[in-house]
Amino acid sequence: MTFVRPGRRVLIAAASMSALFVAAACGGGGGAPSGGGSSAAGADFSKQGDIEVWQGKDTSGNFQKLIDKFNSQHPNGKVTFHELPDSADQQRQQMVQNTQIKNPKMAVLSVDVVWTAEFAAKQYVEALPPDQFPTEGFLKPTIDSATYFGKMYAYPSTSDGGLLYYRKDLLDKYGLKPPTSFDEMKAACDKITAGEKDSKLGCFAGQYNKYEGLTVNFDEAVHGAGGVIVGDDGKPNVATPEATMGLQTLTDWFKDGHIPKAAITWQEEQGRKAFQDGDLIFHRNWGYVYNLANKTDGSSKIAGKFDVAPLPGITQPGVSSLGGHNYAIAKFAENKGTAVDFLKFMSSPETQKSNTLATSNSPTLEAVYSDPDVVKKLPFMPTQLKSIQTAKPRPKAVEYGDVTLAIQDAAYGALQGQTAPDAALQQLQTKLQTLIK
Amino acid sequence: MVTATAEPRSLPAAEGDGHKHKKNALSDGQGRLAWILLAPTLIIIAVVAGIPVILSFWQSLHQTNAGVDPTTGLVAGGDKFVGLQNFTAIFTGANPVTGSFGTMDRFWNAFLNTTFITIVCVILETVIGVAMALIMAKAFRGRGIVRAGILVPWAIPTIVSALMWKLIFDSSGVMNKIIGKEILWLADSGASFWAIVIADTWKTAPFIGLLTLAGLQTIPAEVYEAAKVDGATTWQQFVRITLPMVKPALVVAVLFRTLDTLRMFDLPYGMIGPGKYRVETMSVFAYQEAAQTRYGPAAAYAIILFIYVLLVAFLFVRILGAEVIGDADAPKKKKKKGDEEPAGPPATALEMAGGAH
Amino acid sequence: MSATTAEVREEHLSSEEIAKLAHPQRPLRQRIGVVLSYVGMGLIVVYCILPFYWMVVSSLRLPTEGQSTEFIPSPASIDNYKGVFSAQNNFGRSLINSVIVAGTTTILVLLFGIIGAYALARLRFRGKVLVLWLIMACSMFPLVVLLPPLLKMFSSTSPFTWFPYWINTYQSVILPGLSFGLPLAVWTLTAFFKQLPVELEQAAMVDGCTPGVAFRKVILPLAAPGVLTTAIIVFIGSWNEFLLALTFLQDKDKQTATVAISKFTGTTGFDTPYGTIMAAGVVVTVPLLIAVLVFQRRIVAGLTAGGVK
Repeated sequence: MTFVRPGRRVLIAAASMSALFVAAACGGGGGAPSGGGSSAAGADFSKQGDIEVWQGKDTSGNFQKLIDKFNSQHPNGKVTFHELPDSADQQRQQMVQNTQIKNPKMAVLSVDVVWTAEFAAKQYVEALPPDQFPTEGFLKPTIDSATYFGKMYAYPSTSDGGLLYYRKDLLDKYGLKPPTSFDEMKAACDKITAGEKDSKLGCFAGQYNKYEGLTVNFDEAVHGAGGVIVGDDGKPNVATPEATMGLQTLTDWFKDGHIPKAAITWQEEQGRKAFQDGDLIFHRNWGYVYNLANKTDGSSKIAGKFDVAPLPGITQPGVSSLGGHNYAIAKFAENKGTAVDFLKFMSSPETQKSNTLATSNSPTLEAVYSDPDVVKKLPFMPTQLKSIQTAKPRPKAVEYGDVTLAIQDAAYGALQGQTAPDAALQQLQTKLQTLIK
Repeated sequence: MVTATAEPRSLPAAEGDGHKHKKNALSDGQGRLAWILLAPTLIIIAVVAGIPVILSFWQSLHQTNAGVDPTTGLVAGGDKFVGLQNFTAIFTGANPVTGSFGTMDRFWNAFLNTTFITIVCVILETVIGVAMALIMAKAFRGRGIVRAGILVPWAIPTIVSALMWKLIFDSSGVMNKIIGKEILWLADSGASFWAIVIADTWKTAPFIGLLTLAGLQTIPAEVYEAAKVDGATTWQQFVRITLPMVKPALVVAVLFRTLDTLRMFDLPYGMIGPGKYRVETMSVFAYQEAAQTRYGPAAAYAIILFIYVLLVAFLFVRILGAEVIGDADAPKKKKKKGDEEPAGPPATALEMAGGAH
Repeated sequence: MSATTAEVREEHLSSEEIAKLAHPQRPLRQRIGVVLSYVGMGLIVVYCILPFYWMVVSSLRLPTEGQSTEFIPSPASIDNYKGVFSAQNNFGRSLINSVIVAGTTTILVLLFGIIGAYALARLRFRGKVLVLWLIMACSMFPLVVLLPPLLKMFSSTSPFTWFPYWINTYQSVILPGLSFGLPLAVWTLTAFFKQLPVELEQAAMVDGCTPGVAFRKVILPLAAPGVLTTAIIVFIGSWNEFLLALTFLQDKDKQTATVAISKFTGTTGFDTPYGTIMAAGVVVTVPLLIAVLVFQRRIVAGLTAGGVK
């Protein structure tokens, strides 16, 4: 068949072309320019000019108002809002890609707390000059989440902690108080389901689909049993009896139906829907659910019938996993002076209060939590404050993507019943030891 | 009525099988004009696809320096040349995951997933598509509506389509409502494999349907009449007449669908999500590696996929004799009675359609 | 049964018999065949439309009911459509951008594709098969891995410092789109042109036309279905393109519709606004459907052109 010969010709042609192009490509030392090059010292934080803020969608419209306010006060450098896609993975992709091409307009990045180590180590963002960025008044975990190797690489802007939402009406009906441990929760559930005789009523659910939310829930379970994923010395130590108990608890709850089987596919929104439809007694989720579940437009069947409490633990008091975003200054930004000013503006008490009232995102300044307007509109804020103050971060690693995938592999396998929890954690420990040195 | 305009390269006009070569009266000494006309196409492809491909080849021979300096915590960065290490690494089993086929290196898991998904999808699409074609060939009125309806799956953008199926396959979604059972389609399980197959087949079976229809319509009715007179049963008619005569169209359709399904990305990524090993295809795996800034291995996996696709195309052409280039240069088996050109060309049209990203 | 084999009687045929002759009774088996094929057609239409129906239904619900599984939305509401076109989303502008990008891509693909296909179909030169395979091979590489080099190229990063800075320009999306559409167009059009016999052009040339004019005036009109098919295929492919547009068209004013959809959020940032996204999907798909419906005769004629001849 004549097709074979042309194939060989193609190869020869391709080979000669590639020789040509390799010569061209070699010219610049074709490789990712991440890291290398300029050292952090000597970053110019004085230049003023127009900048872009790269962040996910402004859901409330308030962010644009804040930007307009800043622009009116800051004539020698205007800020433009560059919107990113909804998904966290794509947001990170965009930031990484534009760092690689040294986009000079990208100046302020909204960095998820788990990306700090990666962005700092790979020098996508500048270390912040400590004299310009005081840390008083900020919640300790949030400052910690922006720090890497002793230096601050971002300035805390919003935070988040896990909360236990519960059906106050049902608990009151059976004379129960919000549980502080999983065992108490189980007892409460059994009493309620026995009394209610509603087969659809599930006991508890968090987020267990194979994505970042699973890492969060796993992290909380492990800490709630007194274990750690990464110890205080920075070394992974997850194959312990305590951590195993954490994972085992979740697995058992799946097995005996206290966590609905379908929850293995749930992210935040599916769980919220189940809770709002009245199909769950207890629900672990972030703060944003509060106002939505209280809506009286018919979308929530439990408006006014629920409340929040701190997360239950297993053998220890419950510990929530720290969430939130921090603002960082991109390495190749041209006008870092304006970026610095913008960071300061966004973390000022007035701005944080305005943001919190508009979006119900949790602030990072402690004072805002006790502001009367805030408490009035968002009554769960005091509980949220406690949740964040005692929150623990997820493992800090440069290759966080690999770390979280390894954690998800272990947890998901155990929850689906495919691996025994202790075996899963053994494998996880081995993997983490290669990833986190 | 169709003539074979064979283009002899430098051979004399007569060939062994004795068919006439029509020397194209328009085509003397026109090499230069041809290259001028092809220049825009070739230049664009060379610059926008060729150069990045070459660069990817180059990238696949490097790895990023990932070492973390213990005092500053900073990553050294930059690339180092590692030769073929990115390629040989897939044989060392350094990254075992558990998928539908047991525990193996993540690359081979993706490879097996890709192959298996492709085989199942293509077989289903072909069966459903051919069935559609047979039905459409028979029916009389209302054919226009059916044809219009068939193009619907094609017109919906993939990201919307992936989300739409995600909505349908949700554990409390309408699919489970209709079936009555609570199947976890979107978990990392056997069901998610079928979710992908269903969604992909929905979108692409109509293609094969339309292509086969085109092929069916080339079969003159007299052939069937003659067979009926000879006493052939419907089944015999189908096997002896229909199948062989739609074969060219069908084979081209199946070829292009196979090549596209091998490169499937949008459905597993958009509907099921990354990191689900039971449905992770090679494209998704390469993308994830690139997202982790491991550009060298990502390029290596993409190149292996590219070679795989090219090999499959080759095999198809070799074994099944797909008339992908119409009658260019390939010695064709000419039918004795009349020059019936198999319906290859119209097939390519629609099949490339399936390839539109 | 077969009125056709009825012998002609000497008497006049009764009106009944005439009626029978005029409308021969088809045998039962054939009748069942016809019924079955209509059933089959119905099944096909249902198969194709049903998920789309779900999309439309989901878009007509209340925004908060995004995940409901009721078959008919009650109450039906167009709030989602209002949400799609709300000022925040800038959706109207992104539709215009999509039209610009897809339209330009299609026109250029047709232009270059037609002349290239002419060369391949009508002209004689060495290396034809090589060219065809090269063109096809370049479209076999997964886009996801082509993106990093392309990104470097269009942002004038080394080793492409000689390349103009094209981030945020339409051409940064159009050109890679061309590289995917051209192989398709070239192959398709080559096949179509090949099918049309050279004699037609020769006849025109006998009448005094140059080959180029002959091609333009004789072959192109005949190949119109095929050209139209290619145009629609390329247009839809470019319209639905996502990754390139996301990477290169970053400005809010320049982004295309598919990218805009990906940036839809609900009210919180955690929720996927199924309602608005389905509505946007309908808005993005319906023009395509209408175009396809209007041209569908041409398309299918184009597809079956070879056969009909």
